[in-house]
Amino acid sequence: MNIVVCVKQVPDTATERKLRSDDKTLDREAADGVINELDEYAVEEALTIKEAHGGEVTVLTMGPEKASESIRKALAMGADKAVHLSDEALHGSDALSTSYALAQVLKKIGFDIVLLGSESTDARTGMLAAMLSERLGVPQVTLANKVEIDGSSLKAQRLTDYGFDRVEASLPAVVSVVEKINEPRYPSFKGIMAAKKKPVEKLAVADAEIDAAKVGLAGASTEVVDFADAPPREKGQIVKDEGDGGVKVAEFLASKKFI
Amino acid sequence: MIGFTLDEEYEALRRTVETFARDEVAPVIGDYYEREAFPYEIVARMGKMGLFGLPFPEEYGGMGGDYFALCIALEELARVDSSVAITLEAGVSLGAMPIFRFGTEEQKREWLPRLCSGERLAAFGLTEPGGGTDVPGGMRTTARLEDGHWVINGSKAFITNAGTDVTVAVTVAALTGDGEISTILVPSGTPGFTAGKKYSKVGWSASDTRELSFDDVRVPEANLVGERGRGYAQFLRILDEGRIAIAALSVGLAQGCVDECLRYVRERAAFGRAIGEYQAIQFKVADMETRAHTARLAYYAAAAKMLAGEPFKKEAAIAKLVASNAAMDNARDATQIFGGYGFMNEYPVGRFYRDAKILEVGEGTSEVQRMLIARHLGLPAR
Ligand SMILES: Cc1cc2nc3c(=O)[nH]c(=O)nc-3n(C[C@H](O)[C@H](O)[C@H](O)COP(=O)(O)OP(=O)(O)OC[C@H]3O[C@@H](n4cnc5c(N)ncnc54)[C@H](O)[C@@H]3O)c2cc1C
Ligand SMILES: Cc1cc2nc3c(=O)[nH]c(=O)nc-3n(C[C@H](O)[C@H](O)[C@H](O)COP(=O)(O)OP(=O)(O)OC[C@H]3O[C@@H](n4cnc5c(N)ncnc54)[C@H](O)[C@@H]3O)c2cc1C
Repeated sequence: MNIVVCVKQVPDTATERKLRSDDKTLDREAADGVINELDEYAVEEALTIKEAHGGEVTVLTMGPEKASESIRKALAMGADKAVHLSDEALHGSDALSTSYALAQVLKKIGFDIVLLGSESTDARTGMLAAMLSERLGVPQVTLANKVEIDGSSLKAQRLTDYGFDRVEASLPAVVSVVEKINEPRYPSFKGIMAAKKKPVEKLAVADAEIDAAKVGLAGASTEVVDFADAPPREKGQIVKDEGDGGVKVAEFLASKKFI
Repeated sequence: MIGFTLDEEYEALRRTVETFARDEVAPVIGDYYEREAFPYEIVARMGKMGLFGLPFPEEYGGMGGDYFALCIALEELARVDSSVAITLEAGVSLGAMPIFRFGTEEQKREWLPRLCSGERLAAFGLTEPGGGTDVPGGMRTTARLEDGHWVINGSKAFITNAGTDVTVAVTVAALTGDGEISTILVPSGTPGFTAGKKYSKVGWSASDTRELSFDDVRVPEANLVGERGRGYAQFLRILDEGRIAIAALSVGLAQGCVDECLRYVRERAAFGRAIGEYQAIQFKVADMETRAHTARLAYYAAAAKMLAGEPFKKEAAIAKLVASNAAMDNARDATQIFGGYGFMNEYPVGRFYRDAKILEVGEGTSEVQRMLIARHLGLPAR
């Protein structure tokens, strides 16, 4: 089984995240880069599938040089190899062009199953899985909290507002996972040391037959027009209970239209 | 030659254990501590991560790392909690290490894979009720050879990891002749060998410490670990290394005090300002950070000598002395900064305060470290 996991490096949610004033893209240098949390679940699921069915797990990342730290972590968890798509031309790509670039790489390297997180913690569009499956012409199974491989098809449970759907899809397929699906392993020291020796293939846009005009800021079909800092949290209102605390709290909630 | 930045793989390990300690240990350990319960679930997860196999080769189920990797893991665990850290320290450097360093190939194959996985623990029985510092002088436990078996009689005091549900063996130091000390491996459950009830301890409350008694305990002659009569020398080697590990654990506690205080002094206000704005508080925190930092350098230096195969006894003693002092001083300052809350068990600094004292006692008291350092400076043994 040829399993590919898409892993994005994102700024640590625990640190302050900023957009750059020059081109309104994320300032990736300013914050510590970490693996997008949900992608750890995707890696874990890939490893579980490999353990049960054999095969190979490839990590696929599009991102600047620094993203290699996140690739190494996925390799330390147990993935076998990685493909790192990195090119100045990709800077500022939006979801459409990111999916185009990743799909070009996936066509080149081949796959039986592509696993993704269901969304990233920085851009949070949650659209990549759907876009990838469309571009690759294969089924999409999004928001999976359970996946079982059965020969040439897969059965999955999709999280929904009302519970879950049971779905089946033929392979190859694109699957995005939610955190309920498993508990990602911590890399062991053996894994950390082995990761240093695992192959990481570096690709530039030309290597994957990506049309540079369709990616990056120039190729983006969306544009960040303006942005502003989130307003600072206002001081809370303290209600002193002098017998009428309940009424005051209710009045407050009503004034904010919560009740 | 001079360089104190962690290599990439040590740093990756440090970050992994830091995350584990923060996400998996910190939220639940207070409850175990309060109940004085051994944290089996946490220990199992540490085992899954490979922490118990850190310094051992892969052929025995280890991670192929080294002793310094173990120290890094101990420091990060102890930043959050010392009970889990000492469980790892005793399991690896006292439980499994004597078998690895001195055991036969057969003993290594039999015991190490289980111990490296963390699914099973081994303990180290040196101290006796009659003495932990003057071991030869206080030793009463005997082992005599009788038709191919060692017959062991005596008792041991304060033995870590000796009575958990997953403990499989204790390596016991015993007199096998006049003034002759040897080490013998005693599997848990051997008739006549009992681990007493858990001590009620001032600190390390979620770790397992027991008194052991041996009443005509028979084990095969082949359970001798290392050479007959070399038991004391072997234990000294194990303790020299162990001091670097305890130093790392102490640095973790000292740093944990800084972590907690940095958060608290920004939140807690008095006389209209965060207490962190007062210089008296800032200086305390600065001193705490200084102690943690210098103690860390001391244990890094000792570990560097050890890994280079050079003599490291003095450096290990210095590291343990400095680091256990740092832990005690920082715990005292941290509880002071926390005021009344620092005296509450539900705050980590309250736990740190209770856990710090033993660091000046276990694996050689501070007096012992000073004796060793003085010896190395050429001053006479009395
Ligand atoms: C603050 C901010 C706002 C943005 N706003 C928009 C916008 O409004 N419209 C727009 O089109 N773009 C926007 N972008 C651009 C954004 O960088 C891309 O949309 C992004 O590359 C892909 O979308 P996502 O991260 O939202 O993916 P999601 O669909 O949320 O991510 C799902 C999964 O896709 C995989 N994945 C995502 N990116 C990569 C990658 N580079 N390499 C490997 N795997 C990956 C991961 O498995 C991830 O878990 C914004 C970026 C930022 C930082
Ligand atoms: C929680 C806990 C866990 C432990 N785990 C283990 C374990 O797993 N395995 C194990 O074998 N042991 C273990 N120990 C025992 C520990 O190593 C001993 O307690 C320690 O070595 C001190 O020995 P002692 O208690 O007999 O004190 P003593 O040796 O009786 O010392 C009493 C005091 O006299 C001082 N002293 C002694 N000799 C001199 C001298 N010549 N000059 C100046 N001062 C001196 C000592 O420094 C100390 O202050 C543990 C102890 C505790 C509390």
